[in-house]
Amino acid sequence: MTRFLKATGYAVGLPAILLTAWWFGSANSTNTFWPPLSTIIETFPTTWTWDRIVADVFPSLARLGIGFGIAVVVGIVLGTAIGLSPTLRALSEPVLEFFRAVPPPVLVPIIALFAGYTGWLGKIVTIALGCLWPILLNTVEGVRGLEPTLTDTAKSYRLSPWRRLVFVVLPGTSPRIFTGARQALSIGVILMVISELFGANRGLGAAIVQFQRSFAIPQMWTGVIVLGLIGVLLAALFKVVENRMLAWYLGQRQIDRGE
Amino acid sequence: MAITKAPLFTSRRAEAEPSAAAEGTSVALDLRGVQKTYDTPGRPQVEAIRHLDFSIRRGELVCVVGPSGAGKTTLLRSIAGLLDLTGGEVVLDGNVVTGPPEGMAVVFQEYGRSLFPWMTVRQNVELPLKEKGLDKATRREKVNRALEEVGLTEAAEQHPWQLSGGMQQRVAIARAVAYEPSVLLMDEPFAAVDAQTRAELEDLVRSLWKHLGVTVLFVTHDIDEAVYLGERVIVLSNRPTVLMEDVDVDLPAERDQLTTRSLARFGELRGHVYSLIQRAKRGDRPDAPLPASKGE
Repeated sequence: MTRFLKATGYAVGLPAILLTAWWFGSANSTNTFWPPLSTIIETFPTTWTWDRIVADVFPSLARLGIGFGIAVVVGIVLGTAIGLSPTLRALSEPVLEFFRAVPPPVLVPIIALFAGYTGWLGKIVTIALGCLWPILLNTVEGVRGLEPTLTDTAKSYRLSPWRRLVFVVLPGTSPRIFTGARQALSIGVILMVISELFGANRGLGAAIVQFQRSFAIPQMWTGVIVLGLIGVLLAALFKVVENRMLAWYLGQRQIDRGE
Repeated sequence: MAITKAPLFTSRRAEAEPSAAAEGTSVALDLRGVQKTYDTPGRPQVEAIRHLDFSIRRGELVCVVGPSGAGKTTLLRSIAGLLDLTGGEVVLDGNVVTGPPEGMAVVFQEYGRSLFPWMTVRQNVELPLKEKGLDKATRREKVNRALEEVGLTEAAEQHPWQLSGGMQQRVAIARAVAYEPSVLLMDEPFAAVDAQTRAELEDLVRSLWKHLGVTVLFVTHDIDEAVYLGERVIVLSNRPTVLMEDVDVDLPAERDQLTTRSLARFGELRGHVYSLIQRAKRGDRPDAPLPASKGE
């Protein structure tokens, strides 16, 4: 119980300090662009009504989920194939290096040309493409870095390619896949917002831009806070999934390090 | 170190000759002129194994010793079908080995890295049996029996990394035993465990071998271990490897750490193998392959 309290204390401590600083620092602010925190908090419930959440937050999150999901599936499938096949690797390496070097937001206008500015398609493609690279590259590295003794063991017991994939390659690569997915998730959140900045449409990012353009500054700040909260929530969710799926890895690492 | 007179030891070379005739019946594993040269473009060529001819009869426990760098691991990987030979062939149960053969199980030195850490002990032992297409009930029974043989029934639902090194190697042994191979290969399996655990594991191998009638090829760098475990000890030369001598271990079948190791005969055999290894280290190697083959 004390451990739980301590952990909660640590988690809440710094945000509390920052909020307090913000509160008093902005208390007497007359600057339109830096409204007092009290004003921002007052505006919050009237801005983020259930209707707005349904109209703006949910579609954004849905696009993020679909785009991220596509990236995970495609990244793992392609990454495993490239990692296992030296020929594929030799073929794809220069292309992968090229696309990795291109910052994902640059893709937004290009994709919009093909998939449209306002619809879901362009945004999902943007998110999926941005999320793909870290997952793909980490999967390739993970497959290549598989412990050779494990591969030999699988071979010597004549495991079929299918069993090797499901019981050896994928679980062995999963720590790296998670590393890639974690990076991809933060890129995904950024692209979720950026993909909504162009053209008029609904969504969390679009809402923030609209508030800004209509000088609804406190409302704009609440949007930023909502974004931050979503980030925290997603990270926590990711941690839960990771702890569950990588329990063996985390346990083993703990023992190896003697923690 | 007293060096005993060589004539005291019967070499099995002469007997190995008719093995080809007896193939498929009493011979489990037959190495015929095995040769391995690593020849990767852009790297210096390394002749690892020059010529090896020996065979192992069904139900035998044979140890292979050699100085470090004698190509023991290369030899084992060749036999396991994990490495392509440059020349010669390995024959298991009458079939030439071209890839990992059916009926062979390998216990690797790095127990920590040969067990799947994402699976429990039970799942590790069970996986090869799934591949064999056994039904669930049979698998369960075989896994339970194998775990019982190695004394790990309690640990079945734990993950390998939760166990001590010695226990992890027991899991690897259980997995191999459950697979019911006709030949069990062991590559310095106890090199990384402490001395007490090692003695226990040696006795475990002896008892499993007797109990299950499996053919065992045990590679080690430890002379004592080789003499204690083996019915025969195959001594390898330095690289490029040839056979130094095939030493018959005429110790009683019933062995235990205390009495067997204090037998005078144990000391003699140990001394003999030791002197062979010393010669091997100096680069002393028989030129001609086996008297039986045509020579090179």
